[in-house]
Amino acid sequence: MRAFTYERAKSPREAAAAVAADPTARFIAGGTNLLDLMKLEIETPARLVDVNGLKLDEIAPTKDGGLRIGALVRNTDLAADKRVRKDYGVLSRALLAGASGQLRNKATTAGNLLQRTRCPYFYDTNMPCNKRTPGAGCSAIGGFTRSLAVLGASEACIATHPSDMAVALRVLDATVETVTPDGTERSIPIADFHRLPGQTPHVETALARGELITSVTLPRPVGGVHAYRKVRDRASYAFALVSVASVIHKDGSGRIALGGVAHKPWRVETAESSLPRGAKAISEGLLAGARTTSQNAFKLTLTERAIGAAVAEARA
Amino acid sequence: MKFDTPATTNPIDQLKVVGKPVDRIDGPLKTTGRAPYAYERHDAIPDIAYGYVVGAAIAKGRIVSMDLSRAKAAPGVLAIVTAAEAGKLAKGDFNTAMLLGGPDIQHYHQAIAIVVAETFEQARAAAGLVKVDYERAKGTFDLVSAKDGATKPKDGGPDSAVGDFEAAFAAAPVKLDETYTTPDHGHAMMEPHASIAAWKGDKLSLWTSNQMIAWGAGDVAKTLGVPRENVRLMSPFIGGGFGGKLFVRADAILAALGAKAAGRPVKVALTRPFMFNNTTHRPATIQRIRIGTDRAGKITAIGHESWSGDLPGGGPETAVQQTRLLYAGENRMTKTRLAVLDLPEGNAMRAPGEAPGLMALEVAVDELAEKLGIDPVEFRVLNDTQVDPEKPSRPFSQRRLNECLRTGADKFGWSRRAKPGQARDGRWLVGMGVAAAFRNNLVMKSAARVRLETSGVVTVETDMTDIGTGSYTIIAQTAAEMMGVPLTRVNVRLGDSSFPVSAGSGGQWGANSSTAGVYAACVKLREAVAGKLGLDAAQAQFADGRVKVGNQSLPLEQAAASGPVTAEDFMEYGDLTKTHQQSTFGAHFVEVGVDADTAEIRIRRMLAVCAAGRILNPKSARSQVIGAMVMGAGAALMEELVVDKRIGFFVNHDLAGYEVPVHADIPHQEVIFLDETDPMSSPMKAKGVGELGICGVGAAVANAVYNATGVRVREYPVTLDKLLEKMPVLA
Amino acid sequence: MAILDDLQLSRREVMATGAAVGVATAPGVAAAAPAEPGPSVMKVSFTVNGQRQTLELDTRTTLLDALREHLKLTGSKKGCDHGQCGACTVIVDGRRINSCLSLAVMHEGDEVTTIEGLGSPEKLHPLQAAFVRHDGYQCGYCTPGQICSAKAVLDEIKAGVPSHVTADLNAKVQFSEDELRERMSGNICRCGAYSNIVAAVAEVAGGPILGKGA
Repeated sequence: MRAFTYERAKSPREAAAAVAADPTARFIAGGTNLLDLMKLEIETPARLVDVNGLKLDEIAPTKDGGLRIGALVRNTDLAADKRVRKDYGVLSRALLAGASGQLRNKATTAGNLLQRTRCPYFYDTNMPCNKRTPGAGCSAIGGFTRSLAVLGASEACIATHPSDMAVALRVLDATVETVTPDGTERSIPIADFHRLPGQTPHVETALARGELITSVTLPRPVGGVHAYRKVRDRASYAFALVSVASVIHKDGSGRIALGGVAHKPWRVETAESSLPRGAKAISEGLLAGARTTSQNAFKLTLTERAIGAAVAEARA
Repeated sequence: MKFDTPATTNPIDQLKVVGKPVDRIDGPLKTTGRAPYAYERHDAIPDIAYGYVVGAAIAKGRIVSMDLSRAKAAPGVLAIVTAAEAGKLAKGDFNTAMLLGGPDIQHYHQAIAIVVAETFEQARAAAGLVKVDYERAKGTFDLVSAKDGATKPKDGGPDSAVGDFEAAFAAAPVKLDETYTTPDHGHAMMEPHASIAAWKGDKLSLWTSNQMIAWGAGDVAKTLGVPRENVRLMSPFIGGGFGGKLFVRADAILAALGAKAAGRPVKVALTRPFMFNNTTHRPATIQRIRIGTDRAGKITAIGHESWSGDLPGGGPETAVQQTRLLYAGENRMTKTRLAVLDLPEGNAMRAPGEAPGLMALEVAVDELAEKLGIDPVEFRVLNDTQVDPEKPSRPFSQRRLNECLRTGADKFGWSRRAKPGQARDGRWLVGMGVAAAFRNNLVMKSAARVRLETSGVVTVETDMTDIGTGSYTIIAQTAAEMMGVPLTRVNVRLGDSSFPVSAGSGGQWGANSSTAGVYAACVKLREAVAGKLGLDAAQAQFADGRVKVGNQSLPLEQAAASGPVTAEDFMEYGDLTKTHQQSTFGAHFVEVGVDADTAEIRIRRMLAVCAAGRILNPKSARSQVIGAMVMGAGAALMEELVVDKRIGFFVNHDLAGYEVPVHADIPHQEVIFLDETDPMSSPMKAKGVGELGICGVGAAVANAVYNATGVRVREYPVTLDKLLEKMPVLA
Repeated sequence: MAILDDLQLSRREVMATGAAVGVATAPGVAAAAPAEPGPSVMKVSFTVNGQRQTLELDTRTTLLDALREHLKLTGSKKGCDHGQCGACTVIVDGRRINSCLSLAVMHEGDEVTTIEGLGSPEKLHPLQAAFVRHDGYQCGYCTPGQICSAKAVLDEIKAGVPSHVTADLNAKVQFSEDELRERMSGNICRCGAYSNIVAAVAEVAGGPILGKGA
């Protein structure tokens, strides 16, 4: 870990300006991912701006009947919030399926969105990685790919996004609210927040340098049966091989988003009209364009079957 | 003392303390965080600097140049040692690769430097500034492609043959010929390899985490080229080993080199992401099993071949060992072949040989039983042998495998087992599996010193280690039983190379062998005490803190009135292991649920029935067995060090990537010990149990998955992707 | 859905990998890395087991290393240093966290409870006593983390915090052994004492010890 200076931010705007002005600066909140990466020198900030004191830790109703979740609300508190449990069950479920109790107590809403990939080649600094060093090449392609992406990957990167929470937010059409270094506020639909790798896998989100997430808003509840099905080898404390966030209505219509399959939570709205016809039907649209390796091809079958289970459970 | 005739009645048979499920005596220290592990010995030595190890970034090749200038100039740095600075280092007797590599690199993450600094943070940061240029050499990393070039290993009797296997197998009316694979496994003990080294002149003190103190002291001395008597190893608490700490590793050698260079005590812990490629692992195997039977299910031919790989000069995974002894059959063969691989060093991990060997054999047996239409419990019973099947004149000292199987079947409700793919509980396909457990009982010479203090307390000193096995407690129980004092009056000191040399912790020999050594020393102490009290040692009874002969009864501590009374002895072994085959036996029963949609596998019930001689402490012995069952469950369902065959390293080298079972994977576990003593093993009449528990459990899980789904997987771990395409079609 | 052959996709990258590794550098050394700055030192005060502590620390120091290396409270263990094992679990302001993934300087004014604060060999906390009674440990290295975690888990259940295995998110959270197993899953025990740990924690919770019979 490189040496760094540490300071506590006083306001979101100041924090954003400070980080924008200093290319070696990073925000820190829960720290559960950033410190992990700093120990391995995958992240090497020379300055940390602690945003924990910014009072962004409230969950409050919005004018239009939704919820505004402060960027610093801990994963535990968000999952346990009575309103979230009642109206946005898929979000509670996704959070509770992730990490461990200890990590959820520290991890924040914004930090969860900004988690970096768990690709093992990204995590080993001896291995070329386009995310760590643009242009270096991808060691994962042709290597151990069982957990890696089957959708939206590129020749430059086949990493997946590890978040469960983000998959639920995607199915709920959440919006990421930010403050930019010049003090203006911005709303970014969750669909546009995470990026596909393309030729720039190191650019992972729509955030500009220094732009600080202040909250995530959920639109008014959509009803339906909420479920988050996370499939993994180990029963707990493991990243998803595949996960399915689903909101399914009585008439069989609904929404599906996938985790563990791409560089971002995967949702294809145009495919959702085929959901009432069952898992096979929606999977055709959802998984269109999939490119697999011999090690991760199973994710396609698995996804279809997991969606099938979600649909069956919703109908039961 | 030499143990060369079967044990008769002795003071241990009183079973006033031995055999009781007493709480571990080290429990209060461990549960309150007061037990000090190697890296934590601030109490023992002041002014410790921090070392951080730099590892090789390539799997094979050589270092062209190292630039240490920036690292040396970094804040707080006291010293940097590389192979160039270290002078001549030897390879330890128990190591395959050099613990400090360079210029030649033998495997990925081989240590190539230690950076010593005032603080951990400074040492870690400076280590990141060491710049290395390598020249990469072509290596061999794939066991499958290296298999055909594998050769007969030099040591350990790689081949066995009795009768005419090929002919008998060809003629058998029912036969099985299948190939199974097991992957590389990591020990992943919770305490990383760690050491503190301090030099006083040319004498080295090492507080370290090591299972085998005498081996360790010897190899530290050899590696550094210092006299053995100048090295003192101390390892009173060890945060898990499982074979990974049998041998001296880079932390100890580099701490010593760093301390010498810095002129300060230095502490080093290997980081978790570094451990998997830097240290040892259980090697992957390819195993071909052929078994032929007559129509009634009697085995007529049994053959087991195994291929594994290791660095040049390394050894094979002896996965065929149990097949020479477990089942009857007149025509037999085993074969072990070793390929040269440039992966990190393969070596012992809990039940080396049997653990992966039974993962294959006991699935083969399950498959064959099904072919025969015989219940797998009955098939095993049918093929039991009470003698060494290669040498029928040589009986087993004890062999109650059938009783383990039958008892287990009864307790587990085995008769309710359905046909494959037929049992359902909601979304779960449910299945049961069984496997035999088998592991040889090894006996090792072991010494101890016991001292009756003036206070009447009995102190035991031996270099035996407690790696979580319960050594402290069973040694205290042994001394208490022998000297007739309560457990609270026994003080046990372990893991110090200045103490008499014990068996150490490995090969499940520790409990029986180390307590037998304490027994021998206590016999001597009893003689000395009786002598001091003027009593006839042969007649003396030691009980309730007193020594009695006839009507005479004197308090024990009276013998130490004029000073402590000390005795030292060892137990060594004669030919009983040659005349009798000593093994431990068990039966594992497992019930799994397989998610009908996703093929996720979850264990629902586990039962082990064990016959392993006298159980010295049923509480800690049970823990050994359930813990081994957990490790076996991991091997069955998730554990795999994934080899990148292009680059030559284990890719998933941390605890997020290398998954081991967590709480949620493990249900309540049951263990039954058959009431048994084995007078051939030692005066303790005990045998090992710490490895028996992992033997066969993986196969029982795999067999249960087959029973649940009707899908047979022969490549471990059994994961959902291997089931998915063959799972029942959903409605 | 195209099936992309591993080797086909990767031929170019494998060669790139080979070449890059051929002249690999040690972790983190970028070509134009700036000169290593000196450590940044800060003062931080927090309470550990009821005692006020003020430390001058390198900002890089984790809470775990502050406890172990500076305050010599070595009961909290370093098993992985990456939040992947739970051996470092301590309780901060009533919540369990991985102290390895938290900077000490971020705990200004916090109340930290470590295993040493729960009990001593002479006066065991009920959980510590139950772990001894049920043999809920073997090597002992994960044990302090297990016990700190267990204490917080019982509080979490009482407070109604749901878990992954809670059947109904909108009903009161009930104590069960499955709840314990899920909630304790962030504490790895390689010795495999899980079954005994659950028995020990269940006993302290006063809940039924379910699943005793095979």
